[in-house]
Parts: sequence; structure tokens; C-alpha cells
Amino acid sequence: MTRASLFKQDARTSARNAAEKRFRAYGLGAIAIAISALIWLLVSIFSNGLPAFKQTFLSYPVLLDAAVLDKSGTRDPDTMAMATTRTYERVLIKALDAEIVARGIDMGALDPKKLGNLISPEAPATLRNQVLADPSLIGQTIVVNVLAGGRIDGYFKGRVTMETAMLDQNTSPAQLALADELKAAGILEIKANPGFLTMPDASDKRPEAAGLGIAILGSLYMMLVVLVLALPIGVAASVYLEEFAPKNKLTDLIEVNIANLAAVPSIVFGILGLAIFINFMGLPLSAPIVGGLVLTLMTLPGIIIPTRAALKAVPPSIREAALGIGASRLQTVTHHVLPLAMPGILTGTIIGLAQALGETAPLLLIGMVAFVRDFPDAPPAGLFDPAAALPVQIYNWTTRGDPGFIERASGAIIVLLIFLVIMNGCAIYLRRKFERRW
Amino acid sequence: MSIGLLSLIVLTLTVIGYVVGRSRAVSQVSGDIRKLHSLPVFYGRITALTTAVPAALLIIVWLLVEPLFLENHAFSLIDSADIPQGQSTELVMSDVRRVAAGLDMLQANGQDLAPLLQDSAALKTALNDNGIVLQTEPAPSIMTASMALRQAQSLSRLAMVVVALVVSGGGLALGLSRISPVFRARNSAERFVIWLLLGCSMIAILTTFGIVASLLLESLHFFQLYPITDFLFSTEWSPKFGGGGTLGVLPLLWGTLYVSVIALLVSVPIGLLSAIYLAEYASRATRAWAKPAIEILAGIPTIVYGLFALVTVGPLLRDYFAEPLGLGNSSSSVLTAGLVMGIMVIPFVSSLSDDIINAVPQSLRDGSFALGATQSETVRKVVLPAALPGIVGAILLAASRAIGETMIVVMGAGAAAKMSLNPLEAMTTVTVKIVSQLTGDIEFASAETLVAFALGLTLFTLTLCLNVVALIIVRKYQEQYD
Repeated sequence: MTRASLFKQDARTSARNAAEKRFRAYGLGAIAIAISALIWLLVSIFSNGLPAFKQTFLSYPVLLDAAVLDKSGTRDPDTMAMATTRTYERVLIKALDAEIVARGIDMGALDPKKLGNLISPEAPATLRNQVLADPSLIGQTIVVNVLAGGRIDGYFKGRVTMETAMLDQNTSPAQLALADELKAAGILEIKANPGFLTMPDASDKRPEAAGLGIAILGSLYMMLVVLVLALPIGVAASVYLEEFAPKNKLTDLIEVNIANLAAVPSIVFGILGLAIFINFMGLPLSAPIVGGLVLTLMTLPGIIIPTRAALKAVPPSIREAALGIGASRLQTVTHHVLPLAMPGILTGTIIGLAQALGETAPLLLIGMVAFVRDFPDAPPAGLFDPAAALPVQIYNWTTRGDPGFIERASGAIIVLLIFLVIMNGCAIYLRRKFERRW
Repeated sequence: MSIGLLSLIVLTLTVIGYVVGRSRAVSQVSGDIRKLHSLPVFYGRITALTTAVPAALLIIVWLLVEPLFLENHAFSLIDSADIPQGQSTELVMSDVRRVAAGLDMLQANGQDLAPLLQDSAALKTALNDNGIVLQTEPAPSIMTASMALRQAQSLSRLAMVVVALVVSGGGLALGLSRISPVFRARNSAERFVIWLLLGCSMIAILTTFGIVASLLLESLHFFQLYPITDFLFSTEWSPKFGGGGTLGVLPLLWGTLYVSVIALLVSVPIGLLSAIYLAEYASRATRAWAKPAIEILAGIPTIVYGLFALVTVGPLLRDYFAEPLGLGNSSSSVLTAGLVMGIMVIPFVSSLSDDIINAVPQSLRDGSFALGATQSETVRKVVLPAALPGIVGAILLAASRAIGETMIVVMGAGAAAKMSLNPLEAMTTVTVKIVSQLTGDIEFASAETLVAFALGLTLFTLTLCLNVVALIIVRKYQEQYD
């Protein structure tokens, strides 16, 4: 076979070169797919969840009529408690009706009796608590700032449209039209919603009032338990295995167990928690202490593995120098090796905590799905009170019927992701700042 | 005495032990610490350790074991006629526990207990007022058992306090009596600490033991109520609320494996190709941002993937594939869960494969290039075969991760146990059923609940085998080039 020119590739070479290019493109394509999946995931969550941080509120003056709210006239909170949220609801609706008439807003085709759905069922309860806490409000006209109903909120966030409102018994197109009028009149406002971060969970019909307060607190308590237990135990175990353990069967057994626990599915730890901590030890369901213990056991391998790597990275010369001037082995470790390994240990711990924070499955089994409305006490007693946890609260909301809860769940994920970004950011900062190359 | 107070006392004794131990050592050599074997602090430390650690261990073990003995005692007092037919003993015992806790609470509120104990109806109302709701008025023998439980509890607490204080004080006395200039305090203190460190690392063994024991024990309970052959070989899963349903694991295993296979079909090509690109082709700069970006996928909590499956991927697949093709109309399906799980598993495949490909010695590549191979030929014919065992290990680890994954399948795969080939149909997995059987309102001692433990055992065994095989393969491979 003769070659026409050295400058012209033969068929076989160009085929091989094409194959080379294709292979490269496959690799690049795979990375592109992986990263676009990540972007798709984040965009989907953020676009669903950002509206949760804004909320529709109604603000208008309300006359707190003494004749209705405190018939006895004693201003005694116990007797005033006789007025139920129903009474307050009527007061709120009447005031709204009066305001609409006073401002000359066109009610359109809406039956004045159907005004109630404009206001969240949570609003009367909030007003009632406010009045019971401060009875001197009675008789005054105060400007209330109440949550609008879930459907109205959904309308301004695009979840509810005139077409879906036709089929919905909880709202009507006329109501939505009135809501538009109210917005134009400045009675209805869309504002930042700090309550999303501070309020407790709300029942199925009130997505607009549901908040993450208890869930954030519960997760915080659990992280506290994990930090207090897993960090010392994890460091102690790593120091033993890395610095003191003789080469024997027991050490091998411990090593195998740690490697294996790191790969056990998280739900199995939930079963362990249910069987040991709740059924056997009789600890309460839904308590942060149980969640913390389960997550501690789950995170331990995740702390031990990087801690051992950090200890291993400290050069033997440091140990030999310390031993050479008469330090004992334990002194060598506590005075020299541990301080030098500390940045690595802290990084590993923070990453372990971040994983524990996002873990859901084991917490489902120990009853963290329960509906909790009361804030837990301060620790340590509060560790035994029922509480929720951030990821479980998210799951809980996704199981509810009202589509408003999907927005809440996505919003809660944004909160969770912000916590994770902060924690991982700290870990990266620590690593960059204190990392030493020997 | 409460446990908080007790720990405070032990803590005080510990501090006393430290201070006194230290000063005692110093005073024995009249201030000339050169005559001591160790520095004075070590005398303080060993005394403090002997005071605190045995007492603390005793309290922990006591609290763990106490309920077991007390409840056996209380249970023996319950009249067998008071255990309703067909109801579990666990339920009766929980009544006993609640009555006992309620009586404690009433007493703490300053209520007079004597009349209530005579009249079970009054007791029930009093308990209900305090938020403890009883189904029925407690039967006399349950009242006796509750009272016995309370008595035994307070007795046991008292005994614990006394024994703990004796142990702590004894430790203090022992520690102090051992102090002398020739006592090797540093060596003893350090030996003590090393034992503590060993104890901490034993927690890993204890956890594994706890997992295996709780899974095995409760599974044995389950197999007493339900034949093991039916569990393993029945192709039907239809639990009934009142018990007596069919609980075959095969449809669940089928769903689990189907979802995992789809996840691997997604993640293995993407993960492997990106690992090859990052290891062999990418410039330093590309690698520096692309590798962490892919690894972010591993740091995102699974609940986020679950929601993604539920609100984005599921409806998308239903509207654009399942309904036009007439393959179903459910937004949760095997394909939804599999796709999303595949995305989650990508970094597990890519990171590990990347490490393994990087571990292949450069000399192999150089040899291949010298023979005139292109880079892709080198990768396909030299690097990959050399890295193959490690990559198989990585894939097995990813598979084990996929099988044990819970939240994505709970929110994306559905709840119907089916053995179907249609990937757009909702099916269910082992982990989904563990969650649903243990979070529903089902009586705890029934087969319908206990089956969760048998499912857990199945899951644990399955993932354990995969992990062990994967670890063996990875280790063996690593040894080759070290």
C-alpha cells in the first residue's frame, strides 16, 4: 500500500483520531450531565421554595368591642377566655367588611358572608392570644396585621388561578377579584414572612401559618447531642486506634466494625433506635435526645475516619521529638499530635454534623413525624420534650394535601441547604486556613 | 434524689479528689516535688479518675438495666384475666407504666393519692385531667402492678444513689490511700485513660451488636407469628390492619432491585465517564472546579432528592412519557425514583473510580503510548482493565447505597407492592415498607409491625454482603500496586 502524502491521514488513522475525539466528548458530556442535573435540582427547589419567604398579609383597623369580647366587663383573662376564636373570627370579618365599605371598594359578585376565607383561620387565634395577653386592648381600635387565607396567598404566588378557583370550594373567582381590589387599596400586602422561621407547624388546612420554629430548634438540639457525644467519643476512638492499639484480633474487629457501620443504610440505625432506645430503655418518642443518640451512632464512623487520617498526617518526627524529651505516649498525643491534627478533626466533625443534619429516614422511625405545636423547653429538660426536625418537617409537609405545603417544604429545604452551606463553608475555611503541609 | 443531683455530688467528689490528691502528694514530700515519681497533677488526676469513672459507669449501666428487672417484677403481679384476649402484654405493660407515671405526677402536684387508689374511676378522671388518657378504668391487678412498679422504682433509685455514692467515695479513699512518693501516678493515670479510649472505640462493636441483636430478636418474634417460608417465598404483599394479611418479601425485593438497577444504569456510565475524563483528560483548572461540583451531589440530603422526585421529575415523566405512551398515570414510579437516585449515586461512582484510575501506575500508560496507542485506546485497553476490580468494587458500594436509600423511594417510587416490568408504574421497596409499617398506627406486637424488623434484617444482610465483597475487591486491588 502506498501512501499518497504524509500530510494526508490514512483512513485508519483518521478513524482512530475520530474515536479519540468521540471518547473525549463522552467524558465531557458525562460531566455536563452531572452538573446540569445539579443545577436542575437546585433551580427546581429554589423556584418552588423562594415564595415561602414571602406571605400575603391583610392590615386594617379592628375595633375590639368590649360588649362582644368581654361581656362581664371585668377584664379578667380567665373569664375573657370564654370568648372563643369563633367570636374573634366574626370580629375580624366584620371589621374587614366595614373597612371595605368605608373605602368604597367594589365587592363585585361576592357574597359578604364569604369574606371569611380571605383571612387565615390562624388569624383569630393569634388575635385572641394577643388580647388575652394584654386585656387593656379591649375597647380600642387597633390596626391588625393578619395572615391572608392560603388560597389568596396562592393566588398572588401563581398557585391558584381564576380557573382553578371555579372548581375550589374554599375560594371563588369573585373572592380573588376582591383580593386584587384590596391589594390596589393597600389593605392587602405581600411582605417578608419571618414567621416561616419562627412559628410552629400548623394543621392541614393552614399552610399559610406553618413555620419551621420547632423544627429548627429540634434539629439544633439534636446537633448539640451529636456534637457533645460524637466528637469526644470519635476522637477518643481514633486516638486509641491510631496511636495505642496493639495489632491484635480485637483491634481488627473494631476496624472492621467501623468500616462496616459507615456503609450500613441509615434506616437500619432508625430500627436500632426504636428497638434499643425507645422499646428497651423507655425513652420518649419524638424526643431530640433519641434522635441525637441515633444520629451520634450513625455519624461516629464519619468522624472517626477523617480524624484518623488527620492523626496519621502528623509526621512521626513530632512524636519522636516529644518522646525523646521524656513525654509519655499520652502526653505526646495530648500535647503535640492532637493540637496539630485539630483542624483536620474539626473539619471532619463539621462535615459529619452536616450529614447528620440532613438525615431523615432514621428519624421517621423514632416518631419525629409527630405533629408538635408546643416549643420544647431549654436543654437539658427540653431534650426529652417532643420536637420536630428540619428534614422530617419537610417530609411531613410533602405528605399533606394542600399544595401550599409543597411551597413550604421547598422553602424549608432552602433553609436546610443554607445551614449546610454555612457548615461546609466553615469546614473548607478551617481546612484552608490551618492546613499544614509537612 | 434526682440523677442530676447525684451527678453533681459525684462531680464534687471528683474535684475534691483532684485537689486533695494533688496537695497530699505535695505535702508528703514537704513541698519538694523532685522526690515524687510523677508531677503533682498526676496524683490529682488518678484520684479524680478513680472517684468519677467507676461511679459514672455504674449509674449508666444501672439506668440501662433497671427497667428490665422492674417490669418483669411488675408484670408477674398482673392477673392473667386482666390481659384482654388477643391483646399483647406490651400494651398492658404500657398501661401500667402510664398509671405509675401518672401517680408520680399527681403526687408531685400535691394531690392526696389514698382516695384515688381505692376508686379506679376517680383515678381515671384525675389522670385524664393531667393529660394521661387511659382507655378503660385500670383493673385492680393493674393498679397493684403500677403501685409495685412505683415502689420498686423508688427503691431501685435509692439503692442506685447509695451504691453510686459508696463506689465514688470508695474510689476517692482508694485513690488517696495509694498516694506516696514512689507511687507511679503518671503511669497509672495514663493506663486508666488508655482503657477509657479503648472503651470508646468499643462503641463501634456495641453498635453493630445492638443492630444485629435487635434485628434478630424482633425478627424471631415475627417468625413465631408468621411462617418464615411464606415471608421469603410468597409473591404477595397485602398487610391487613387487624392482622392476618400476606407478607411476602419478594415484591418488595423486586421493587428494590428494579429501582437500584435503573439508578445504576444512570449513574455508572455518567460516573465512570466523568471519572475517566477528570483523571485522564481534564486540565488542573477544570478538575479543580468540576470534581467538587460533582461531589456536591453527594452532600445534598436525600430528602432534597425526594422532593425533587415528587414535584419535578415525577410529574414530568407522567406528563411527557407515561400518559402519551399509555403506560400509566402515576407520578410516582420506578423510573422516577431510579432516575433521581441515579443522580444521587453519580458521585459515589465517580469519586471512587477517579481515585482508582489515578492509582494505576503511569508506567502502564507510558508503555501503551510508546506502542503508538491513542489516549482513548490507552484508557480502554490498558487503564480500565487494570482498574477494573476497583471499579467493580465502587459500583457494588454504589449499589449498596441505592438499595438502602429510603427517602427518594418513599417520595418517588410509590406504595403499591407489585411485580411488574413497566418502569412507569408505581412499585414499592423494602425501605418504604419499613417506614410505613413502623410509622402507622398499628399495634406494636402484631406481625404487621414486626415484619419491619424482618425487612430490616433482609436489608442489612443484603447491604452487608455487597459491602464486604466490595471492600475485599477494593483492598485486594490496592495491594497490587503498593
